[in-house]
Amino acid sequence: MSTPASSGSSGELAAVAARLRGAVIDMSHKAGTPHLGSSLSCVDIVTVAYWDALRIDPTRPDAPGRDRFILSKGHAATTLYAALAHRGYFRPSLLDTYNQDGSALAEHPGPNCVPGVEAATGSLGHGLPIALGMALAGRLQSRRYRVYVLLSDGECNEGSVWEAAMFAPAQKLENVCVIVDYNKWQATGRSDETLALAPLRDKWAAFGWDAHEVDGHDIGALTKLMRNVPNGSGRPVAIIAHTVKGKGVSFMEDDNNWHYRVPNEKEVAEAKRQLGLA
Amino acid sequence: MRNNFADEITRLAEADERVVLLSGDIGNKLFDGFKAKAPDRFFNCGVAEANMMGMAAGLAMSGLRPVVYTIAPFTTTRVMEQIRVDVCYHDVPVVIVGVGSGLGYASLGATHHSCEDMAMLRALPGMSVLAPADPLEVRGALRAALAHGGPSYLRIGKKGEPNVHRAVPEIEIGRSLVVRDGVDVCLLALGVMVPIAMEAADALAQRGISARVVSAISVKPLDKGLLKESLARFPLVVTIEEHSLIGGYGGAVAEWSVDNGPFAARLLRMGTADAFPHEAGETEHARAANGLSAAHIAERVIRTLPPRQAKKAVGHP
Repeated sequence: MSTPASSGSSGELAAVAARLRGAVIDMSHKAGTPHLGSSLSCVDIVTVAYWDALRIDPTRPDAPGRDRFILSKGHAATTLYAALAHRGYFRPSLLDTYNQDGSALAEHPGPNCVPGVEAATGSLGHGLPIALGMALAGRLQSRRYRVYVLLSDGECNEGSVWEAAMFAPAQKLENVCVIVDYNKWQATGRSDETLALAPLRDKWAAFGWDAHEVDGHDIGALTKLMRNVPNGSGRPVAIIAHTVKGKGVSFMEDDNNWHYRVPNEKEVAEAKRQLGLA
Repeated sequence: MRNNFADEITRLAEADERVVLLSGDIGNKLFDGFKAKAPDRFFNCGVAEANMMGMAAGLAMSGLRPVVYTIAPFTTTRVMEQIRVDVCYHDVPVVIVGVGSGLGYASLGATHHSCEDMAMLRALPGMSVLAPADPLEVRGALRAALAHGGPSYLRIGKKGEPNVHRAVPEIEIGRSLVVRDGVDVCLLALGVMVPIAMEAADALAQRGISARVVSAISVKPLDKGLLKESLARFPLVVTIEEHSLIGGYGGAVAEWSVDNGPFAARLLRMGTADAFPHEAGETEHARAANGLSAAHIAERVIRTLPPRQAKKAVGHP
């Protein structure tokens, strides 16, 4: 199995992340689609996954021994599409067709819509159970791949997440890594006020996971944790990544209007300037 | 049926190491044989059916052949979205088994009945729905479902059902089995209702009415050839199922006959009422309350037969 794209310095990965943010903003603007804030909050996590942690070969997207990444928060599809395109799974020009009639790239990723999409997501609370099935399969087939699952904090409202959270430690699925994009917002309110999520790390730890908290925009810290799966604890790994919704664009950061808002041309230009892409 | 299921799945797992059995904290001792033969391929997933169904999809996406087993409502209606999104949208070979379907667990109350499961599952793209008639058909249906490359639902009974067949019949998805031939009326019976339809056919024979009895087994896809032939040849075709009249096998036959007719036959559907029962009672009591006993079926057939056939009935005024 191929190794990571870079043994990448944080600086290189930060540059990749900025490019992905630019692509994500372009897609939202051009297609007029929502969930921009949610897509931006997880860019650094997705960048570390595809450019460092995952043992993958974009030219062999179906290789049985590949590491799996499931975007359980399927509404951040543009981040996944941008990462897969820029990582070499398909040509980046396909991103221009996002959400157009007849395009492979819909607002939520469909099954096998493009190479590299491991599971269709969009309805929340589905990615982790699917990931556990993949991890059990790896064990039964004596394959040592890891399965990474990116959840949103709002998604942790779903009971199926906690069913799975109890199953994985019971089976000692130490090759599973959950990352929660804890941007503190869900669609219509503060996530901690909607349902009592906090203390989120303690919850995952109490459920039997080796649970860590990290600044979800600290590429170095994410890299260290995400590479290290399994980590010797004998338990599945949960990374509670504290993030900022809309990260990277000052006027979008922590403003939940950008869950649904679409940037206009002027805002796109300003965002790109801030990201160093202009 | 469940003992035959447990024995057959153990046999199949021995022959095919891709077979994995997921159980929702049910079947105490039932799967001891499986656990002895393939201990690493049995998972008690606990009382957590949503996770169980999602995991089954993940296993199937990875090349394995998961079989998900628990009481019918909990492996179907409880986890409809997991079946729809994880299993059917991905079009992966998960075999869903619902035990004690219909009124099999009548005495446990309506929480444990499943008279809406087929209506919901057959609406899902790519899903096959099979309801075997006896313990031998359970074996054949399980073989067919595992050999099939897509999602399937096996709606089975509980225990102690009589055999309709002498040996395990070869089951094909999309094909029904004629288990008794006749000329006056065609009884398209489903699952556990097949032996009861046979009893009804005996009662009809005593009244001079000759009934064909079919084990419909394949609710989706339907056996279109058999339907076409039966609806053309018989004056009365009756569907009999332990499922709501809304959306079940009879509903599927009615839909198909409307789109593909007109047919000469009068179509009559028998099934459970559009109501939850609010009284205690065993399966036979619940069936009778829904007009699904052999005597009820025979009487209703005679009442519905067109005059020419009805005149044949012994004791007809």
